[in-house]
Amino acid sequence: MDKKKIASTVQTLPKSLTGIQGLDEITGGGIPKGRPTLVCGSAGCGKTLFAMEFLVHGAMMYNEPGVFLAFEESEKDLAVNVVSLGYDLDKLVADKKLVLDHVHVERKEIEETGEYDLEGLFIRLNYAIDSIGAKRVVLDTIETLFSGLPNPLILRSELRRLFQWLKEKGVTAIVTGERGEGTLTRQGLEEYVSDCVIVLDHRVTEQSSTRRLRIVKYRGSTHGTNEYPFIIEETGFSVLPITSIGQEHTVSSERISSGIPRLDTMLGNKGYYRGSIVLVSGTAGIGKSSLSACFSDAACARGEKVLYFALEESPQQIMRNMLSIGIDLEQWEKKGLLVFHAKRPTFYGLESYLTAMHKAVNDFKPMVVVIDPLSSFIIGTNQFEAKSMIMRMVDFLKINHISVFMTHLTTGVNDYTGIDISSLIDTWLLLRDIELGGERNRGMYILKSRGMAHSNQIREFKLTDHGVELLDVYVGPEGVLTGSSRITKEAKEKAEQLLRNQEIENKQLALDRKRKAINAQIDFLKAEFEAEEIETLKNIELNKLRENLLLQDRVDMAKNRKGDIVIKTSSITKPKRNDAKTK
Amino acid sequence: MKNRLNTMSDEALEFEQAIENAESAIYQLRLYVAGTTPYSVMAIANIKKICEEYLKGRYELEVIDLYQNPTLAKGEQIIAAPTLIKRLPLPLHRIIGDLSAADRVLVGLDLRKAKAKDSV
Repeated sequence: MDKKKIASTVQTLPKSLTGIQGLDEITGGGIPKGRPTLVCGSAGCGKTLFAMEFLVHGAMMYNEPGVFLAFEESEKDLAVNVVSLGYDLDKLVADKKLVLDHVHVERKEIEETGEYDLEGLFIRLNYAIDSIGAKRVVLDTIETLFSGLPNPLILRSELRRLFQWLKEKGVTAIVTGERGEGTLTRQGLEEYVSDCVIVLDHRVTEQSSTRRLRIVKYRGSTHGTNEYPFIIEETGFSVLPITSIGQEHTVSSERISSGIPRLDTMLGNKGYYRGSIVLVSGTAGIGKSSLSACFSDAACARGEKVLYFALEESPQQIMRNMLSIGIDLEQWEKKGLLVFHAKRPTFYGLESYLTAMHKAVNDFKPMVVVIDPLSSFIIGTNQFEAKSMIMRMVDFLKINHISVFMTHLTTGVNDYTGIDISSLIDTWLLLRDIELGGERNRGMYILKSRGMAHSNQIREFKLTDHGVELLDVYVGPEGVLTGSSRITKEAKEKAEQLLRNQEIENKQLALDRKRKAINAQIDFLKAEFEAEEIETLKNIELNKLRENLLLQDRVDMAKNRKGDIVIKTSSITKPKRNDAKTK
Repeated sequence: MKNRLNTMSDEALEFEQAIENAESAIYQLRLYVAGTTPYSVMAIANIKKICEEYLKGRYELEVIDLYQNPTLAKGEQIIAAPTLIKRLPLPLHRIIGDLSAADRVLVGLDLRKAKAKDSV
């Protein structure tokens, strides 16, 4: 897909696609067409393979037959060497798409007796090219001639003529050369081949080896100038230009649990996205592996296959340790859902480790891959290689929709990752020590989580014998507290609360008492009042009675005197008074 | 011990034979040239002269133009032109150049022992 894109772009200089993954991106379409390109490097850096891939891809993908003129290895050896890459040279030769020619020069058989030229070689090459209509030529390694033939002066002028002739012939050539002291090639081939020079390098730093490629020169074209790491994997040569990593994978919106319910809650209530890259970073002993175990456990429980790359611990040790926090990984291993791949990257070298990972993933086809810890890839100062390697791996896993859970050991508080890979990470959990009150506690928060609403809070992270638990940390006027401090603080708060409650209770009691006192007083006053009222009413009654009696007396007196005094009597008062009296 | 003696005697035999061969064996020579360049012309003249002088009557010389037989270049492992190949007697030798250094040609044909400075 990429190759088509490149081919269709407008080019000022005609280029010949190499078909080598990544290289065509760096060079903007391959090496210069119809011109010789020098590929140089020290022994074992992959020159011959590079050249062979160029020819085989040309023959198989671009319909450009090629001639391989080998000065060091025989045709048979060459064919055997690339069988592991899946190239059948014999078939290509039979199909007239490839010519292999071994130029054998034996110094001791040769006696020089005067002037000569290399016309024999020219004729050979010319015949080989014309016999299949070759468009590509490889000379590997032409410098061998210098040890085989006695006169370097003749050789130099003949080589100059050879490269000129190749140009005139219009074939795209790769000339390989052994790296010399202080020069690109031992015999200064770069003087003759000046259109494009690619240097391959195989460096060992801190006991791990990395292959790198650099385009020193590319006349008439822009090109990437960096040193690009490359690997030789099962599919052959592959250069890793960071920017050309494909971004075209489809994404899933399915969510999967992290294995910790409260963490799922923090991650927008649902957990991680399937096929996303999760990174947990933190200092030593913070519980990174426990989180990976939780995630693996949850995945296995869902019936998904998990491939666990244990880079520092043995599987048995991981299973034993996880049992102590109540996670039984052994059951999943027995069921074949969980497979451990326990090897140190230093054992292989980065590129081979990547190859081994690819193979393991392709064989097992897991849904989840755990890499614990990522920091093992960094040995000494190989961060750049490690980054590109991780990037490549992550890319590969993402394309295959595999969820990746990686842990990373950090050394300091502010050191998020030693390798700058944050741009690759979808969900990043940070585990941190919180040192307070003479103890160390674990705190966790979500540094980022793409594409979901996530909690911004710090949680206290606890490893219990029944798994991982997340607790709220104490956040109050005295700052953030965790562990015992949190517990003491909470106890203190409780005591204070109790005290406050008691006070309120006391106050309420006092109020009650007061109310009762007041009520008693009211009752007393009421009683007093009632007593008074009764007294008063009685008096009134008495007075009325007295008055009536007086009136009666007067009436009786009048009756006695036979007077005509009219006495106004009210029939109503009379019975009433009688009533009150009876009462 | 016996074997060692045997091989010793074998080697000695071979050596004797080689000397004898050089003196009496039939020389089978092939001169590969690339067209009629000055080198080719010179080489042909030189080899004829040497053969007549040293190998009169016991040599076969074949001159082959590579342009006309390009496949031979591959089969015979020819790089330089002109190249003279001494096919017989063994061992096989390649003598490259226009054959103007007669001393060296003779060395290459095992007709003269190499001088100390040449042998290196």
